[in-house]
Amino acid sequence: MKISMHVNDKLHSVDIYDENTPLLWVVRDILDLKGTKFGCGKAACGACTLLVDGEAVRSCSYAVKFANGKHITTIEGLGTKEDPHPVQQAWIEEVVPQCGYCQPGFMMATAALLNKVPNPTDDDIDKNIINVCRCGTYYRMRKAIHRAAELNASEASSTTQNS
Amino acid sequence: MAEKNKVSRRKFLVRGGLGTVGVLAVGAYVFRNPIRRSILSMANSMEMGYMGDTDTPMIWFEVTNENNILVHSPKVEMGQGTFTSLAQMAADELDIAFEKVQVVHASTASGNIDGMSTGGSTSVSGLWQPLRELAATMREMLKNKAASKLGVSVGELTTKDGAVHHKDMVMTYAEITDGVTEWEVPDTPVLKDIKAYKYVGKPLARIDLNAKVFGEPIFGMDASMPDMLYGAVVRPTKIGAKFIKADTSKAEVMPGVVKVVLEEDFVGVVAASLQQAENAKNAIVTRWESPNGLQTKDIVALMTVGNGKTTIIQKEGSALEDTAEGLEQLEFRSPIGAHAQIEPNGVLAYVDGDRATIKISTQVIGITRKEVAKRLDFEEENVNVIPTYLGGGFGRRLHTPHAVQAAVMSKAVGKPVKYFFSRKEEFQHDMFRPPTHHVLKGKLGEDGLLENLEHHFVSGDVGNNSVLLPNPVPTILGADVGAIRGGFIQYGNVPNHRSVYWHVQLPFATSWWRSLGLLANTFAIESFMDHMAIKANKNVVDFRLAHIQDDEIGIRLKNVIKAVSDKAGYTDEVVGGKAMGMAASIDAGTPCAQVAEVSIEDNQIKVHKVTVALDPGLAVNPDQVKAQCEGCVIMGISAAMHEKMEVVDGELTPTIYGPYHMALMKHAPKEIDVVLLQGIDRPGPVGEPPLGPIGAAIANAVFRLTGRRLTEMPLSLS
Ligand code: FES
Ligand code: FES
Repeated sequence: MKISMHVNDKLHSVDIYDENTPLLWVVRDILDLKGTKFGCGKAACGACTLLVDGEAVRSCSYAVKFANGKHITTIEGLGTKEDPHPVQQAWIEEVVPQCGYCQPGFMMATAALLNKVPNPTDDDIDKNIINVCRCGTYYRMRKAIHRAAELNASEASSTTQNS
Repeated sequence: MAEKNKVSRRKFLVRGGLGTVGVLAVGAYVFRNPIRRSILSMANSMEMGYMGDTDTPMIWFEVTNENNILVHSPKVEMGQGTFTSLAQMAADELDIAFEKVQVVHASTASGNIDGMSTGGSTSVSGLWQPLRELAATMREMLKNKAASKLGVSVGELTTKDGAVHHKDMVMTYAEITDGVTEWEVPDTPVLKDIKAYKYVGKPLARIDLNAKVFGEPIFGMDASMPDMLYGAVVRPTKIGAKFIKADTSKAEVMPGVVKVVLEEDFVGVVAASLQQAENAKNAIVTRWESPNGLQTKDIVALMTVGNGKTTIIQKEGSALEDTAEGLEQLEFRSPIGAHAQIEPNGVLAYVDGDRATIKISTQVIGITRKEVAKRLDFEEENVNVIPTYLGGGFGRRLHTPHAVQAAVMSKAVGKPVKYFFSRKEEFQHDMFRPPTHHVLKGKLGEDGLLENLEHHFVSGDVGNNSVLLPNPVPTILGADVGAIRGGFIQYGNVPNHRSVYWHVQLPFATSWWRSLGLLANTFAIESFMDHMAIKANKNVVDFRLAHIQDDEIGIRLKNVIKAVSDKAGYTDEVVGGKAMGMAASIDAGTPCAQVAEVSIEDNQIKVHKVTVALDPGLAVNPDQVKAQCEGCVIMGISAAMHEKMEVVDGELTPTIYGPYHMALMKHAPKEIDVVLLQGIDRPGPVGEPPLGPIGAAIANAVFRLTGRRLTEMPLSLS
């Protein structure tokens, strides 16, 4: 089966033997974008979180056939060192990662949350950010999520001023 | 580049300070018997010390063409921030900007191999002396070489910003090393005064921050090679299952299957894709023989003080009779714990002729090389282990024999083979934290102070049966050096005190789990101290302080207790529905005290804030020391309040996150306040000691709120 999808704003067309292959493995092994992680394969840890049309999706449990015609964003497409996404900027300011393995999943989940709730309360964060971090970086993550919301807001206001 | 250059003359660097931290911590307490005492110090120092080459700066440092310094680290980065601290130490002695220092994992082919492991919170403390000496020596080598290139005397040269300066002349390190093939290693120079350091002691951002924020492929799971195939290995689901036979006929003809590999000790399959390998593996019909019916209650019964072999690990004064008047006694338990690191164990192996290349997330680089070489009957030099960043270690990757299986499979197909554990396999084939049982006994004197305090406890293997300890150690010692971590009575002023360890062999593998016995032992002892303070009608801070002796470690312990109670504003009173609980521990020579602020909501324990006081000695990077404290607090909350493996009909369960309850964002305290003290002038262990007090601190707060003494982890009110 042929799957066409935009990944990080680039159109990819991949030939897939089994259309039920999880999107995670297509992204990692065929497109060679290794930033999206495998942790459990059962939608239980969130390490594989990426965005499908702006929504957070656990890609280990999302068949690639559903991605056909959609826009996928992975950590590699969120921002760059030169132009980091506000979530990445906040993560850098708060020095969040320890081992780092869970972090892309958390940053993608946060980006999706901020799309929907630009200024999340602690309660919003508790309810929506439900990935697992074994190193226990939640304390800094919470600070970083609030900081990202702030950065987002100031970015938005400076764009309005400029326009 | 410097790394490739030959050393023409070697000079031994002074090995001062190695391993002494751990020896002091435990050795000072244990046994009157000098033989056992020295063995315990030895075993302990092996875990503590750095065992690798400290003679050859060239295998440690490489000067790149861009005039950066590459540090080839024999210790792995698993989140603990070691690479950043090593870069700070190297930059200061090498006189180069911190931003110009990069740290990479040394492959075994580079020659920089740690004979032991990355673990025991030892990376920074163990390398503190040798790494700075190596860096200082390297700086002198660069100066000497510059002097001969410039035709001036060394005495006229200074180093700054990655260059040697002579009057108006500047020669960068890259210019100096250019074209040089022979180096002379001079005597180790005197190290700089710590106060003169620009980077050591500063809270600099982690050097791997960008790689981790932008999703770079740095982990073992991300490794790949051209023409790579995928492997899968059949594993039993039952405890103690013995392999009888396997019918592989169906798997052999499945799509994508390249080969089914049937060995004496495992059955594996190699296929073109991950999915095909998994499908074929599931089609292999394997017969196992397993003792059936084992349940959690059998393990609990086994794991009870009085069973197994006993060793007194600490003895002062006389024992407390069971009939003694005023005897107080409480029992505590901790469950089987899983590592549950998010990156599964995995490996990429390529056996090409008589050489093997292994890319792997491991805490035991040297041992992995040995194991692979032995199985393939290769010279060790022909096996190159290339370590990667670890997606969590926590002790799980002190056993990575799957490298051997991947190598065998690669050899069978002549191509690189990558394979990793499923999450179910991770949970069922973990090397678990052993369950424990503790009996605490005490008796107050007329003055309201303890006359007796005893800790009797039982644990499965932690250090015993580990490749990291030579076999005779546990036999001679009697006690398991891992299980007894944190099991000592730290209240030296109690006239009669003792700690008695019982060892039980479990039917499944247990091993090192971050901080080893510390979490459970501290939970038991410090909950009991709280109980006795209340019995004595004393404030828990004063009660603890009164029982701590005035030697170096005692003074440091008292200082962290005072600091945490000041910072948290500790009170025994319940205020606005919240109560505080306090606990303290010493691990590997690092004292830590914590206060947890807790309330009960819907019959659930809620931790709002944790204050930590830690005395890690000199904090090379205070921000990362704080990060370790925060991480330990949250991992400790997870273990103390949520996690538990069960044994059901001979199987370890659950086998997935979720059912294996772990702390999530909503369970993490919104505030973690860390105070750092500096009681010694060198770095001490950091990565595990802050895990000690948290369980007891929470349970003690719950007592103030409910009057109930929780004696079992995971802590629960229902
Ligand atoms: S790997 Fe997808 S949720 Fe765990
Ligand atoms: S940073 Fe290690 S699992 Fe989250």
